[in-house]
Amino acid sequence: MGEEENIKLQLIQRFAFLSENISIPRTRRIFAIVPANNFRQVLEYATTELGFVILCTITGLDEGPTLGFIYHLAKENGVMLNLHISVAKEKPVIKTISNYFPAADAYERELVDLLGAQVEGLPAGNRYPLPDDWPAGQYPLRKDWKGKVSEITEVKENA
Amino acid sequence: MPERNFKVSIGPQHPALKEPESFLLTLRGEKITEMTVRLGYNHRGVEKACEGRSYIQCLYLIERVCGICSHSHATCFIQAVEEIAGLAVPKRAQYIRTLIAELERIHSHLLWLGVAGHEIGFDTLLMYTWRDREAVMDILALLTGNRVNYGMNTIGGVRRDITPDQIPQILTAIDALEERTKYYVKVGTEEITLRERLSGVGTLSKEDATRLGAVGPTARASGVDRDTRRDDPYAAYGELDFRVITDNHNDVYGRTLVRLGELMESYKLVRQILKQMPEGPISVKAPRKVPAGEAVSRYEAPRGEDVHYVKANGTEKPERVKVRAPTLANVQVVSHMLKDGYLADMPIVIAAIDPCFSCTDRMISIVDTDRNTANTIEWNELRSIGINWYRKQGIDFTELNRNFKIARELK
Repeated sequence: MGEEENIKLQLIQRFAFLSENISIPRTRRIFAIVPANNFRQVLEYATTELGFVILCTITGLDEGPTLGFIYHLAKENGVMLNLHISVAKEKPVIKTISNYFPAADAYERELVDLLGAQVEGLPAGNRYPLPDDWPAGQYPLRKDWKGKVSEITEVKENA
Repeated sequence: MPERNFKVSIGPQHPALKEPESFLLTLRGEKITEMTVRLGYNHRGVEKACEGRSYIQCLYLIERVCGICSHSHATCFIQAVEEIAGLAVPKRAQYIRTLIAELERIHSHLLWLGVAGHEIGFDTLLMYTWRDREAVMDILALLTGNRVNYGMNTIGGVRRDITPDQIPQILTAIDALEERTKYYVKVGTEEITLRERLSGVGTLSKEDATRLGAVGPTARASGVDRDTRRDDPYAAYGELDFRVITDNHNDVYGRTLVRLGELMESYKLVRQILKQMPEGPISVKAPRKVPAGEAVSRYEAPRGEDVHYVKANGTEKPERVKVRAPTLANVQVVSHMLKDGYLADMPIVIAAIDPCFSCTDRMISIVDTDRNTANTIEWNELRSIGINWYRKQGIDFTELNRNFKIARELK
């Protein structure tokens, strides 16, 4: 049995709710869909017990009614665990993981600026990557954002 | 006179990779006590732009994320697309991709060596390394038609084959460059001025490198033994024999040695690739529409790990493309390195993560918070401050600049 299968079994043994939600599309790649409420438990287990000590990046997705977040973790031997959570778009609140991975800071600020995620516990600091005078409520990576300059100017003038 | 805290802001027109950055430094005397970074001044919306374009258009757009590691981004992206589409890229195409990748690393590391020399006042090193670099640029132009933005990749393979008459030309250039690099290794390890200037500057412990998520030569110079080419092999790397260079100096000196070592490994890799490259087709036919799915691709770019995530929705355009360039992972590390360091070391410490300097206009404003006055100086002036500051301590490159010998004429 490969290492990926082993990790899958360990995850399912520990977290029964993952039993139908783990896929291994190829060697060294594991994708898991995790309920947002259980995310921190799974993350903590993966980093401390399974050796996923590298955070490659965090991807944010507009999934229609929800916003998706994929935390791309990796082991030193190249095996990746991608933890996918989804939260309602009306209240897109997630907790920071910068206490586990300081580098998450920049990736989470990206989620705030580009997708309108609300990241609890993110330390104070400069925004990234949009300019300081970017109009509020404009999230470029949301699917309904078309990026017409006139619309942005309008919002800015009304603000 | 009582000690004062000074605030120095550096940037934002200070481009590095796709992330020009602005540093705000607080100084006590000549020591940096605090540092904040502001990123995003050159955000071009490439990820959003990809959602409105076909996969092949995206490939050309992604290749332009970075002017130095263009092949890195293009390959990283296309690997994810090919994985989702279930395409079996021919072996020969994988080898050609790897060949261009290593040639790109050679030109990038030689470029870095020159920039590093320039930032510390060792301009002869800049002149020589950049002259040498022309040899690899010529080879890249010969193979791809371009010095940068090679356009070698396509979905399912590469666009140009390597012809038999090109191989001796590549080998001649590689032999000459290897000789030159041996000389730079000699200078790096035996030249006391260089070692004195770079040792103990911009220190980063192994623990901090791991904790802060440093990547590439920056991490490897702090003893972090990670290299995506070996750990998560892609293209032809799984079939090639190479060493991952690490160093335990934990400073700019170590980062120099790692890159020099990687240059020597890249020459060996190029010879191996040319020797082992199998015959056969260079691409497979790719569909315009890519079935729904997702993939994460990792790639060891010259500056560190490049990460791309692609989500396909069954149409001819991607649902989402996510790019994490290596400098984003290293910019936070640089803040840590500069803390408690000297202002005079700032240029070389920033340059040592190799953030792809390409600009000419780098402004630094110095703010005296007590008097509430501000004045502005240019990056060049900060560089002179650094060079003169070290000259007073006896580290002077004037003599070395004069005596720097050409080991062998480049063929």
